[in-house]
Amino acid sequence: MAARAKGLIVLVALMACGASDATPSRTRDGDPGVTLARANPTWFAPRAQPRPATRIVSLVPALTEMLFAIGAGPQVAAVSSYDDFPPEAKALPRVGALLDPDVERILALRPDLVLTYGSQDALEAQLARAGIRTFSYRHGGLDALFQAMRDLGAVTGRTTEAARKANEIRQQLEAVRARVRGRPRPRVLLVFGREPQTLRQLYVSGGVGFLHEMLDLAGGANVFADIRRESVQPSSETLLTRMPEVILEIHETRMIAGADAVRERAAWRALSAIPAVRDGRIHFLNGDYLTVPGPRIGLATEAFARAIHPEAFR
Amino acid sequence: MTVSPSAVARVEAAPRPIRLRLTLTLLGYGAIALLACLVAPLVGSTPISLSRAFDRSIPFADNVDAQIFFLARMPRVAASALVGGGLAATGVVMQALLRNPLADPFTLGISGGAAVGAMLAIVFATGASLGPLTPVPLASLVGAFVVGVIVYALGTRPRRPMSTAVLLLAGVTLNAFCWAVIMFLQYLVDFAEVYRTVRWLMGDLDIGGFGPVVGVLPLMVVAFALFAALPSSLNLLSVGADIAATRGVDVARTQRLAFVSAALATSAAVALAGPIGFIGIVVPHLVRLMTGVDHRVVLPASALFGAAFLVGCDLVARTILAPVEVPVGIVTAMIGGPFFLWLLVRKA
Repeated sequence: MAARAKGLIVLVALMACGASDATPSRTRDGDPGVTLARANPTWFAPRAQPRPATRIVSLVPALTEMLFAIGAGPQVAAVSSYDDFPPEAKALPRVGALLDPDVERILALRPDLVLTYGSQDALEAQLARAGIRTFSYRHGGLDALFQAMRDLGAVTGRTTEAARKANEIRQQLEAVRARVRGRPRPRVLLVFGREPQTLRQLYVSGGVGFLHEMLDLAGGANVFADIRRESVQPSSETLLTRMPEVILEIHETRMIAGADAVRERAAWRALSAIPAVRDGRIHFLNGDYLTVPGPRIGLATEAFARAIHPEAFR
Repeated sequence: MTVSPSAVARVEAAPRPIRLRLTLTLLGYGAIALLACLVAPLVGSTPISLSRAFDRSIPFADNVDAQIFFLARMPRVAASALVGGGLAATGVVMQALLRNPLADPFTLGISGGAAVGAMLAIVFATGASLGPLTPVPLASLVGAFVVGVIVYALGTRPRRPMSTAVLLLAGVTLNAFCWAVIMFLQYLVDFAEVYRTVRWLMGDLDIGGFGPVVGVLPLMVVAFALFAALPSSLNLLSVGADIAATRGVDVARTQRLAFVSAALATSAAVALAGPIGFIGIVVPHLVRLMTGVDHRVVLPASALFGAAFLVGCDLVARTILAPVEVPVGIVTAMIGGPFFLWLLVRKA
């Protein structure tokens, strides 16, 4: 069964190659894109490929946002099943995501570049066999974000726009930093997951990654800065020991307002010795832009800063 | 489980020393459980001052040491003892009911139902809660009851003994079905939620207050009250339904009592802490190795030892990598797994 499925994929891959060879723009023997992809399947150096990609499949929502932000939106042929920003992306075909990329559909779309997440080696290998370039990406800190933006600018032929957009985001971040400069930095707990109505299954930001860096820029001292992990699952005991003065709770999809907010705030009352609980400094932030390391991080960082230092924005 | 008829003879021929043996065993295991419950709250990822924790002059709302002791550690120890004791006792009952040494509290598929309930609550983030039961435990109880009722309906026939084969197969099948539902749900949702559902399956005793314990306590109390009526009948039942019937055991009634009590205890334990594995299988076998096969001793001793075992495992889970924690289900399986194999080799 597996062998048959594999055979089928290879067949489709061959058909895709045949089709692209037939296009008039390819007259020479041996397509440089194909050679390059075969020689170096997981990462390709933008400099070696002069022709900008025009049919891009993006399997990473953060990268989709970047493409649209640098004006490469018209070059995007399909997106992942989790993409819903910008609104234009919603209208594009969906080809699966991290765990379930639909290789058949991706190949049928005849992309010249597929943006994959770093752990999708099997998909990258398959695409390489089909002669399709891949751009492998992993979430990291803000540096990784700007690097990805620069690389995307290079492969889409929009180096200037990418640089301009990156600059704009840097300015936004710098503006937030300037706003909170010189103010005391409260100890902040940044929560991005929790079981409803109770303090169980808490997921908070550790001392690595873009959320931690954004919190730092927003003038907060992460109470778990010493733990070198992106996410930490603290126990009630650890929460009581770390004593956050401000609690930021990110709710990506569910709006926390009204009765919900009252109920969720009440869950924290169990640990009343925590300064943030005592002083009522628990903030619920809603929106997926808060956790996508894309062009909207300037806004997200400002949202953090407004919650931590409301007086700085009066 | 194969118990030779001579074992029955032994059990029945020695009615007098059993009282003494029971008292001694219970005192011994009770002491271990008590010790575990007393020591565990004193140890944690952070050192606390006990004198400050018990200092009434500091308002509780501001007393961090007291909150760590009474809100973070005590409920945790209570939950561990309740879940450990409940799962171990249920393991004993299940192994006797199904006459299978590999049976455990999760064999009937009830944990699968509980897991589906919990997954749905996590995935759809429902707001339904009931008293001290927050959405995830509540949904998990509902799921457990649904599967429990289905297996019961499949396994019982009016006034006739349950078929252990039907119970086993129905349980295994429903477990597999529930797993398919779980995987389907995980496939549909976002990665963050997939991880949260997986994390729930690893078990978690950090309940942050006595509320959740209070929520499932009534079920546990009923389950243990029913357990108390079972041991002598289980002795005969574990030899065989026919032999038990010839010796005056109402087999159908005993089986139903065993089923209902096991289902209640399992639902309560899983709703409180997730499906924590290995206790229900390792603890009964270990206790049998030390005390013999008489259920009048094995059942209470397993409950006490199970409580001590899970309190100990949770202590390891919350301190070994402090300030981060290891999911307790990993610790029980990592300690319980090799131990079980050793036991298996030794017995063979």
